[in-house]
Amino acid sequence: MQLDSLWVIVLACGAATFVWRALGVLVARRIDANGAFFRWITCVSYAMVAGLIFRMIMLPESDLAGVSLPVRSAAVAIAFGAYFLFKRRLVAGVLAGGLSLSALVAWLG
Amino acid sequence: MAQDEIHVQDTTELLAGNAAVMRKALVDALSLPAFILFFTMMGFGSLARSAGFDAEMAAVASLLIWGLPGQLAMVELTRTGQGLVAIVFACSLANARFLPMVVSFMPTLSRERASMPRMLLDAQLLSINSWAMCMREFPQVAGAFRHRYYVTFACSILLAAVTGTLLGYHSAVLLPAALVLGLIFVSPLFFALVLSAVPGRAERISMLLGCATIPLAHHFWPAVDLLITGLVGGSLGFALGNFPGKLLDRFSNKQGGAR
Repeated sequence: MQLDSLWVIVLACGAATFVWRALGVLVARRIDANGAFFRWITCVSYAMVAGLIFRMIMLPESDLAGVSLPVRSAAVAIAFGAYFLFKRRLVAGVLAGGLSLSALVAWLG
Repeated sequence: MAQDEIHVQDTTELLAGNAAVMRKALVDALSLPAFILFFTMMGFGSLARSAGFDAEMAAVASLLIWGLPGQLAMVELTRTGQGLVAIVFACSLANARFLPMVVSFMPTLSRERASMPRMLLDAQLLSINSWAMCMREFPQVAGAFRHRYYVTFACSILLAAVTGTLLGYHSAVLLPAALVLGLIFVSPLFFALVLSAVPGRAERISMLLGCATIPLAHHFWPAVDLLITGLVGGSLGFALGNFPGKLLDRFSNKQGGAR
């Protein structure tokens, strides 16, 4: 594809994403931060973000799909275990999870 | 998860002061998210090259789109030769979560008097990283300093992301496959750990219901699975978290007139 049209794609995609952000600002300016609508849309955001995370780990379309579900689940469990063991240190959880997944993959082939 | 201790924490000592807040934001960014994003965006950079984009385009895409699912949709559809409208539509849909995320995020910044352009800039800086991190940390930060925390954090990780994109584009470093998998895995894992400490019953129920809804939504309506998950999980979580009593009344007392 021509470089010019690739630039059009990049800029149009940026603009298309910005539309959602700008709509969010317009809505945010009109709502009461203590009202029911705000609390509802906060819950919607949490459900969406949690769903996205769950999808990335449990229903991956990336190379992660090649790793079996038990291995991914074990690595998640190890990560949360280390996180709580080390007083909710994110670094501990992430390192334990990432390393245990790598180790399990290397070990199981 | 049981972590009710977290909001029993002493709330009289909120973090305040420009220097202290910026230091915390930098430490929070550099202690993980900046590195995770750096490596994730290296992956995006090399994908972008394989799809025919040049380095500046890849960097501008990270900067302007600033949402990996949309960036990946753009690269993937371009690589397979789709038309402009299809590409932009897919990218936009993959990033539609920014609408509820921005609405739920803006009021927590405690900047009611900010002008429209400033708010738009704040919204442009938002990503799932900063959203999750701020939702976790804001209860411990004084209202007047939250915006400074957010901008410092968001700019740090944005810089790391753009640098990672460029490096990934230009480097042909091949890491061992097991390590690459570990790196891909670390990104969602980090969000999961961050959000496990978010306060609020309705928010937590919504997250659990979101996890329960996504497999079905993804199976039946993959293109809009996140939107459906948000609406279904979030609405149920909102209802259960805020009015458990009222809902039970309605179920057990169908004759009405109880109040």
